[in-house]
Amino acid sequence: MSELEVNKKYNVQVSTETIDGEIATLNLGPTHPATHGIFQNVLKVDGERILHAEQTVGYIHRAFEKLAERRPYNQITPITDRLNYCSSPINNLGWHMTVEKLIGAEMPKRVDYMRVIVMELSRIADHLVCNSVIGVDTGALTGFTYMFQEREKIYDLFEEICGARLTTNVGRIGGFDRDFSPEFYSKLKTFLKEFPKNFDEFGSLLERNRIFMDRTIGAGPISAERALNYSFAGPNLRAAGVDYDVRVMKPYSSYQDFDFNIPVGTEGDTYDRFMVRQQEIRESLKIIHQALDNMPSGDYYADIPSFYLPPKEEVYRSMEALIYHFKIVMGETPIPVGEVYHSVEGGNGELGYYLVSDGGRNPYRLHFRRPCFIYYQAYPEMIKGSLLSDAILTMSSMNVIAGELDA
Amino acid sequence: MSTSSFLDKTIEGLNSKGFILEYTTDKYNEHNIVIDAKNALEVVQYLNAELGYNFLVDLTGSHYPDKENQEYQVVFHIQNLIENTRLRFKSNLSKNLMEFPSLTPVFSAANWMERETFDFFGIQFIGHPDLRRILNVDDMDYHPMRKEYALEDETRRDKNDTFFGR
Repeated sequence: MSELEVNKKYNVQVSTETIDGEIATLNLGPTHPATHGIFQNVLKVDGERILHAEQTVGYIHRAFEKLAERRPYNQITPITDRLNYCSSPINNLGWHMTVEKLIGAEMPKRVDYMRVIVMELSRIADHLVCNSVIGVDTGALTGFTYMFQEREKIYDLFEEICGARLTTNVGRIGGFDRDFSPEFYSKLKTFLKEFPKNFDEFGSLLERNRIFMDRTIGAGPISAERALNYSFAGPNLRAAGVDYDVRVMKPYSSYQDFDFNIPVGTEGDTYDRFMVRQQEIRESLKIIHQALDNMPSGDYYADIPSFYLPPKEEVYRSMEALIYHFKIVMGETPIPVGEVYHSVEGGNGELGYYLVSDGGRNPYRLHFRRPCFIYYQAYPEMIKGSLLSDAILTMSSMNVIAGELDA
Repeated sequence: MSTSSFLDKTIEGLNSKGFILEYTTDKYNEHNIVIDAKNALEVVQYLNAELGYNFLVDLTGSHYPDKENQEYQVVFHIQNLIENTRLRFKSNLSKNLMEFPSLTPVFSAANWMERETFDFFGIQFIGHPDLRRILNVDDMDYHPMRKEYALEDETRRDKNDTFFGR
């Protein structure tokens, strides 16, 4: 081990051997094969040691909040797809629930349970991407190829529900557009049977792998206090040891009916974030099993005719259905005046919607609380003094998604 | 301590300091508190230090061009994770004095939220360490979320919004 001394300007410990008084500026990104998305980081490095980092964000800013101010409520769902595109259904359903909260609609239990299945499936897909990419960034490509096959199967399930795979636009305000098909149930049963085996295989590749552990333990740590101060949420906050989960703290969509654990870490480093996500996948599977076993009978939509599209056959036959159909499609539904904040546990943490309605056909103001945008601020603090390769690893283990970052 | 009695304690504490201009619980059971912009940092410091509100959920702005002398609003949600209590604070700002104290001394998370609000509404956060645009390009010379900027180009004549526009 070489001797360490403190660089006075940046207050970072650097090895005496590498110091020749020269600090290099390095652009990591905007496009770089090691950052999965459009992220730019201007790094000040001494050798491989990072002294200072500064992010630039906004490369794929698409003005969603402004766009939403001119769209009827139904047409905002496709926008939410493009926030965290690794788990679009959570964003879609979170938005539907926000509008339902605004109009005061109660969902039948069946809708809640169906939503829980969809949301937990997308949570699994989201965590699979993140965890397998952590493997890639440490040089373990094998797990990635296997887990992406599983992710494809989840996308097949989404396709069975709504016809789309990535940007799902799933469900409607007031429930689902159709019931789960028998094919969906049979595919889901196959998935639930085969996935745990394959997933455990993936786990056995990395979870107790000495090389992987040496590589990830202590990389990019953050304390619980700092994580809270930075308003971290989701797996990143839980990895630091704070058991905050919206599903438990402010239950939505009948999450109070389910029995599941909230895994927490201790150190808040890359390994803990990886392990928390691994464990959450297992808990999500538990939730899906419970939802399937206790699936209530009833309708897959709520009885709110002025918001939920009538069945197409009815539109051709009955006057009332035709009127509702026209009003909903044209965005002329009676929206109450008010403001709500609703949040769901997204793949990356608390995904919030702050919605102000003035009674018009579009929201007066809609703000997305995007967990990525909020916790990515902590990145320079987390990588300061670490090696460049750890910085890459920290970013992928935080699961920063460009779509959610820039909105 | 039950959530409602903790809430009462919070409101009492804020009232005793004279921070609350208006307090309402709406039909969605969300607690809205209107405060004076110049007290905002003190309010947050008090909540954080005395009452354990340790989680800044969200901070954003909105624009109401028709409300005279209250054209802009800063809205933030703050939560106590142990008591599971979330409050929504609002401050109205006049377009002639769009200044709001930065919450960064208490919450590091406020940094980018305030930059975003500045970027889109032009609200100045006093005491912010680095108040620059964040999502829009640096040389943009207006604040696009203000209501006077319609989403579509107003010079276009090929679109008729008489029936379906706002």
